[in-house]
Amino acid sequence: MSAVEASVRAEGRSSRWLGSVFAGNPGAVMSRSWLATRSTNWLVVASGFLEPVLYLLSLGVGLGTLIGTVDTGGRQVSYAAFIAPALLATSAMNGAVMDSTFNVFFKLNFGKLYEGMLATPLGPLDVALGEILMALLRGALYGLAFMGVMAAVGLTLSWTALLALPALLIIAFGFASLGMGVVSFMKTFTQLDWIFFVLLPMFLLSSTFFPITVYPPAVRIVIECLPLWHGIELVRGLTTGVITPALLWHVVYFAGMVAVGLVLATTRLKALFLK
Amino acid sequence: MTTATTNDFDGPSTDASAAALRAALRPRRFGALYVLEHRLRAARQAWTSFVFPALGTPVLYLFAMGLGLGSLIRQGSGSVDGVSYLVFVAPALLTAAAFQTASEEFIFPIRVGFKWNPIFFGMNAAPLSPGQIIDGNVLATSVRVVLNGLVYFALMALFGAVPSGWGVLSVLAALLTALSFGGPLCAYIASLDKEASQETLVLRFVVMPLTLFSGTYFPLALMPVYLQWIGWISPLWHGTQLARDLTYGAGEPGWLVAVHLAYLVATFVVGWQLARRIAGKRLNK
Amino acid sequence: MPTPVITATDLVKRFGDFDAVKGISFEVAPGESFGLLGPNGAGKSTTMRMVGAVSPRTGGELSILGLDPNRYGPEIRSQLGVVPQSDNLDVELPVLQNLIVYGRYFGLPRALVKQRAGELLEFAQLTDKAKTKIDDLSGGMKRRLTIARALINDPRILLLDEPTTGLDPQARHILWDRLFRLKEQGTTLVLTTHYMDEAEQLCDRLVVVDKGQIMAEGSPASLIRRYSSREVVELRFGSARNASAAEQLAGVGERIEVLPDRVLIYADDGERALEAVRGRGLEAITSLVRRSSLEDVFLRLTGRSLIE
Repeated sequence: MSAVEASVRAEGRSSRWLGSVFAGNPGAVMSRSWLATRSTNWLVVASGFLEPVLYLLSLGVGLGTLIGTVDTGGRQVSYAAFIAPALLATSAMNGAVMDSTFNVFFKLNFGKLYEGMLATPLGPLDVALGEILMALLRGALYGLAFMGVMAAVGLTLSWTALLALPALLIIAFGFASLGMGVVSFMKTFTQLDWIFFVLLPMFLLSSTFFPITVYPPAVRIVIECLPLWHGIELVRGLTTGVITPALLWHVVYFAGMVAVGLVLATTRLKALFLK
Repeated sequence: MTTATTNDFDGPSTDASAAALRAALRPRRFGALYVLEHRLRAARQAWTSFVFPALGTPVLYLFAMGLGLGSLIRQGSGSVDGVSYLVFVAPALLTAAAFQTASEEFIFPIRVGFKWNPIFFGMNAAPLSPGQIIDGNVLATSVRVVLNGLVYFALMALFGAVPSGWGVLSVLAALLTALSFGGPLCAYIASLDKEASQETLVLRFVVMPLTLFSGTYFPLALMPVYLQWIGWISPLWHGTQLARDLTYGAGEPGWLVAVHLAYLVATFVVGWQLARRIAGKRLNK
Repeated sequence: MPTPVITATDLVKRFGDFDAVKGISFEVAPGESFGLLGPNGAGKSTTMRMVGAVSPRTGGELSILGLDPNRYGPEIRSQLGVVPQSDNLDVELPVLQNLIVYGRYFGLPRALVKQRAGELLEFAQLTDKAKTKIDDLSGGMKRRLTIARALINDPRILLLDEPTTGLDPQARHILWDRLFRLKEQGTTLVLTTHYMDEAEQLCDRLVVVDKGQIMAEGSPASLIRRYSSREVVELRFGSARNASAAEQLAGVGERIEVLPDRVLIYADDGERALEAVRGRGLEAITSLVRRSSLEDVFLRLTGRSLIE
């Protein structure tokens, strides 16, 4: 965060803007969140890890028998090795979006938690960053565990799979910050449903279960604009060892998503609480 | 009746009692329908949450899994169970959607009514009985499953996924799937009092595994034997097989069809009756 | 006496080993406003649930409108309006829909329910909130809506369990005003409360309940006459000195109660009693002469204060 602070301080004009929203203490928000997590049922926490594993077991074995191998970037890989990175990226997306939307929605609209936090020196950016970083930490733990499973059953085909972990973090960061920005506009439970309407098609269509080469070109272009497609392609390239310069574009895509999301979330929290 | 009351009288003894007997005739008979009416009115308040998934989910799944994944399977093993992958998977998607609807509808509205926004206690303070409250909720979910199922089926037909005219009956297989899982689930949720994230645990440790291991996306026989049993006890597998028999004539022996039917009906009836009993204990403590 | 609408004889309710209600008997006449006064946990709400035909009794006899609630639950409930202790309005439906849907539970025709719902919104002073969500109502508004909802079936008996607990003084007075109107129209009211002022305002007759038993019965005025003096002197000597001061006061007034924070002297003429205190050379930090209330009745009967 100090880098952000430093670069902003260099520009006197915007430093006042950030000064009123940021106290440089997102750690306090994170530790509160950690305490809250500790008091939840450990089975609930553990179950977050189970979901991608069960998907891999079911579809990797069942569909794998029907499909055999799949071509990815010119390399033939087993169906399980094809979907495993997609499940990994999807679970990073799901975890980040759930943490930053549903949980934040409750705190925004029902609990007086943020109101209390913002009555202290903490600013909206501290709150936003603290919540998002905590979501990342949880996501990283799940990701690490799933990658352990992948390695154990021989689905990590290259040493570059190690880089999938930082890749997951930036994917989750992008989704979490954008999610938090978007949820701050929502007022009712019905509006929360829209999150599913966005997540479900992305999950089903973004080369999760089959390559997008099956689509006509027009559909492909649409899919290639979706964040989950970038996430899956990035992780898949790393775990299968099909390294191309295109991977960098995926990283740039998420960096942009993080920037847009953070500005949006902070602006909204400021508008909501620091009237 | 004047002062001391005996409790073995058998009917109206005053004008007031006679009026009470008359007034309760309709709620005694139609109480479950009034609960249904309540659920429909509540649904109208949030109609987008019902209409959009009803239309969007089938299109997405049929397109992605039926066509997209189907084209991959055509390059691999060709056909599945003697038919194209789209025809194979479509009835399973229909029943899986009903299963999903049931798992949501028998968790949240039931938990809400008993605990989070205890409207069931309000209904019971009116002339409605606990059994009628459960029945009304079962009816409401049935209505939603059948309407969603009909939409799903129409879209299946549009995608060319239904060779047999009998296929429309697969909507009933979907209803049976929903109720067979929903009955016991309803009983369990009705029995909950403490807050311990039981809903999340049910969704993740029961609903999700059943969805993935019930032969939805591939024949159950392709699973290793130590995982096949999940399908055997899963209402979703029994319902899905029935739906496949109906849409493309999956060619199962008669006894197996009978097993599917008996299993679905029995689990529903047991769960449903249990739920009524638990509701009675809870509301009329 | 007209035929009672509620008759309870030796009514008992047991939960496992716990006796919530230990054999209470009372009658409520049509048009009467009847109260159960007692502290939290006295068995008031349990009694109300039995009268509301949603809780089977363990023993004794109970008749509502001449019917046994164990057999005629729906019939009895069709004639009751119930205002539970905590609001259970439907948060998924807006205000007007809450009334309509509730009316339908009674099997009433839609047109009738709609018409009544409009009238009741007027009665509850919520007409301009018809389309408001429940979550956006204040506590007092929710309470008034719950009462309006309880009236949708034009009940013969209205059961109110702690109707004003948790409301601010202004909201309480608005609510009392609405309940008075119902009383004037001849609705039978049965209410529980642990507020003595509420019992004095609303009840024609009441029973004082403690630990599942009835301690006394009568009109508020007659209970005060019987169990207390006309006036009370409240003296505060400071928490360390109350007990020792009380010893020196022996013989002043009819009776003396020592509470942790004050000493109460029961006397018909409070001012004279206060003079007698001063005559003994005792100077209280604060002193107050007031009329006796049901609080004093409860203290006399149980040795405890109503609100702990």
